[in-house]
Amino acid sequence: MSDDRIDAGLPGRAPSERPQPESRRTTDGVRIDPVVEAGHVPRRAVVSALVDHEPGVLAQVSGLISRRQFNIESLTVGPTTVDGHARITTVVEETDPGIEQLKKQLRKLSAVISAGEIAGETVSRELVLVKVRGDDPHQVHAITRMYDGETLDAGPRTITVELTGDESRIDAAIDAYRRFGIVEIARTGQTALARGDVPTTPGEEPAPDCQVANREGEPDAANTDTSRAGTAERSIRADGRGRDTTE
Amino acid sequence: MSDSATTQRERTESNEQTDRTPDPRADDARTETPPGSTGAQSVVRALEAANVTVAFGVQGGAIMPVYDALAESSIRHVTMAHEQGAAHAADAYGVVAGEPGVCLATSGPGATNLVTGIADASMDSDALVALTGQVPTSFVGNDAFQETDTVGITRPITKHNYFVDAATDIGAVVGDAFERSQVGRAGPTLVDLPKDVTQAETDVTADRPTPPAVEAPDRRAEPTAVEAAARAIEAAERPLCLFGGGVVAAGASDVATRFARTFGIPATTTMPGLGSFPEDDSLSLSFAGMHGTGYANMAITHTDCLIAVGTRFDDRLTGGIDSFAPNAAVIHVDIDPAEISKNVHADYPLIGDASAVLEQLRAAVETAPPAESWREQCAEWKETYPLTYAMCREEPLKPQFVVEAVDEATGDDAIVTTGVGQHQMWAAQFWTFTEPRTWVSSHGLGAMGYGLPAAIGARLALDEAGEPDRDVVCFEGDGSLLMTIQALSVAVRENLDVTVAVLNNEHIGMVRQWQDAFYEGTRMASEYDWVPAFDTLAEAFGARGFRVDDRDDVAPTIEEALGHDGPSVIDFHVDPEENVFPMVPSGGSNGAFALSEDHL
Repeated sequence: MSDDRIDAGLPGRAPSERPQPESRRTTDGVRIDPVVEAGHVPRRAVVSALVDHEPGVLAQVSGLISRRQFNIESLTVGPTTVDGHARITTVVEETDPGIEQLKKQLRKLSAVISAGEIAGETVSRELVLVKVRGDDPHQVHAITRMYDGETLDAGPRTITVELTGDESRIDAAIDAYRRFGIVEIARTGQTALARGDVPTTPGEEPAPDCQVANREGEPDAANTDTSRAGTAERSIRADGRGRDTTE
Repeated sequence: MSDSATTQRERTESNEQTDRTPDPRADDARTETPPGSTGAQSVVRALEAANVTVAFGVQGGAIMPVYDALAESSIRHVTMAHEQGAAHAADAYGVVAGEPGVCLATSGPGATNLVTGIADASMDSDALVALTGQVPTSFVGNDAFQETDTVGITRPITKHNYFVDAATDIGAVVGDAFERSQVGRAGPTLVDLPKDVTQAETDVTADRPTPPAVEAPDRRAEPTAVEAAARAIEAAERPLCLFGGGVVAAGASDVATRFARTFGIPATTTMPGLGSFPEDDSLSLSFAGMHGTGYANMAITHTDCLIAVGTRFDDRLTGGIDSFAPNAAVIHVDIDPAEISKNVHADYPLIGDASAVLEQLRAAVETAPPAESWREQCAEWKETYPLTYAMCREEPLKPQFVVEAVDEATGDDAIVTTGVGQHQMWAAQFWTFTEPRTWVSSHGLGAMGYGLPAAIGARLALDEAGEPDRDVVCFEGDGSLLMTIQALSVAVRENLDVTVAVLNNEHIGMVRQWQDAFYEGTRMASEYDWVPAFDTLAEAFGARGFRVDDRDDVAPTIEEALGHDGPSVIDFHVDPEENVFPMVPSGGSNGAFALSEDHL
């Protein structure tokens, strides 16, 4: 054994002298096919989660999304036909692996009953309230009618209108109002259901009393009055026209 | 979203009526109701029903009712000097015992002090149940004395957490917390217990709560997926097993070892996976990753079929994702579906329990892969890139030599705990792990100070299991040990037979190593030449203390320390300039590991 200090480090070939493979992976960890080199591009996806309607669930879901830096466009939440359930609808712009991760991570939360990207066609709507300057009420009203909107408040200085529609329609309407001067905007974000018989989240079913009432048109004798009243109120709310009477 | 505010207030009022504070009316009420239990008694019954025998914690105002009930129980409570130590000890207890560890803390600072330990358990998927006191429900949200939003703070670092607002529910909630911490991929759960709720009497008799119904994932993987993976293994010319911490957690080490040996597939592990495959086996390539062996990293880089079991492909393992196992078809076995293709795309995802799926795979693979020349290649890499260190007589003591000497002096089943830093890496590199659950370290979180409280937890797990003869040794760095050294008082009080080997280089060594490599040697805030004399400090705590500077004193001092029945601390003054190699620079390619600073 020598008394001289041996240079720090281990024996072996230097990195440049070692054979290294030429293959690579993308940042998503997918092996790149040497022939077709293609990564993933982000796309918009509507992810719906059926959750227990309990305090803290929104914080859990939004915390999960924000911590993992998923690029979220909107998030809406509200009760469903089943007592104790709520639906959280998020629109995300992510690569396919990112969307997959979001769904899997959501499913790990114990308050999440079911979560999935809405398969096939979606019916999606957003509500917006726009407050514009009231200098030209007739013109404002014309635009509102053009977009099937409703005037909620018309004062001497401002007019507030309500519009629903898909995102592009709302964007277009807002553009049209811009020339009057927009004072304030409140948008709800997209909410969505799967079209037709396809359940919105995997395995989702409506409440039994709701099924009977909708298909047979008559109330189920086994149900208590309170549960039926709750269902009726929600179905009115859901069709969009009865809002004023229930609230 | 909910009318929770109203219900909370109603519940608070009803709880106030049953508060156990001295009130003559309360006594009257109690005589009228049939014999029930307090919320706190339900907590303790639930712990007993979960077969808890040891709990770690610190007393405090809001958790006092639970401690009061604990006094009547046979559960051994170990009072820690700091809640962080309680969480680490409970974590390590769980790792060694294979069942959830339990820690208790009071509200506010007690709960926040647990956070590091809970986060650590979360990152390493260790089953842990934390019980925290909380201010009475009527004060919750009012910034009351020693109040914090414990449920909010711990939400991202627990599998699930619970705020209990009714004494009637308490037993079921605690039972659920136990079940949930272990089912599927393990992890920490937390139950927040407001003081009025634990004090409140319920009509629930102080009986054992019924086990909760927690949905368990399928243990076995999809048979068609298993078949496809088996075909990939049969065809592989350069197959490689990668066993992670999930193999140890699932108790699948034997199955994993048999699998690799049956088909002659070389095996490497992650750092948490140390002990899942015996490192003295000729197929073993030890562990891969940032400070893994050169041969493990060469094998990972060149494999064409990576059989990864129970690993989440942490960046310390993979290096830069673009260069991680770039030729490999990846077979990924994991109990947690969310781990599949999270970091590395899985060509063959197999979701299920490591043990069950490896058995399925073993049955499905018909012929061993043609890997003769691959095995020779791996053996050649072992020759080319040996794990060694330079040592000369006149030089300071080498830390690697100390690790080897302690390994030599202890049995194969000795448990090694560590803090975080260079000493941790040397322990991982130079200790030969052959048994699962013998390596207890802070991996994912990298929490300095983990080692000493973990040694306490590990010691108690062994003692409870009737294995007092197995050694528990703790490698700590000088900086790391200082973070939780108050736990030494606990080891002394409980007379726990643990041996702490401090690899004292008077630096935050890993930071110093990086500063030298990447910050032009500016050693900002990494020099710790002010650390205390750990030998005399140990004596001040009431433990045995030793100091070693010379190589010749290493073996005899270790013998003496191991022979002492109780805690001992050996302050090894090691070469302050020694660095950890090999090293894959952060985000670099595993195959381009550096063997010296010149390579960085």
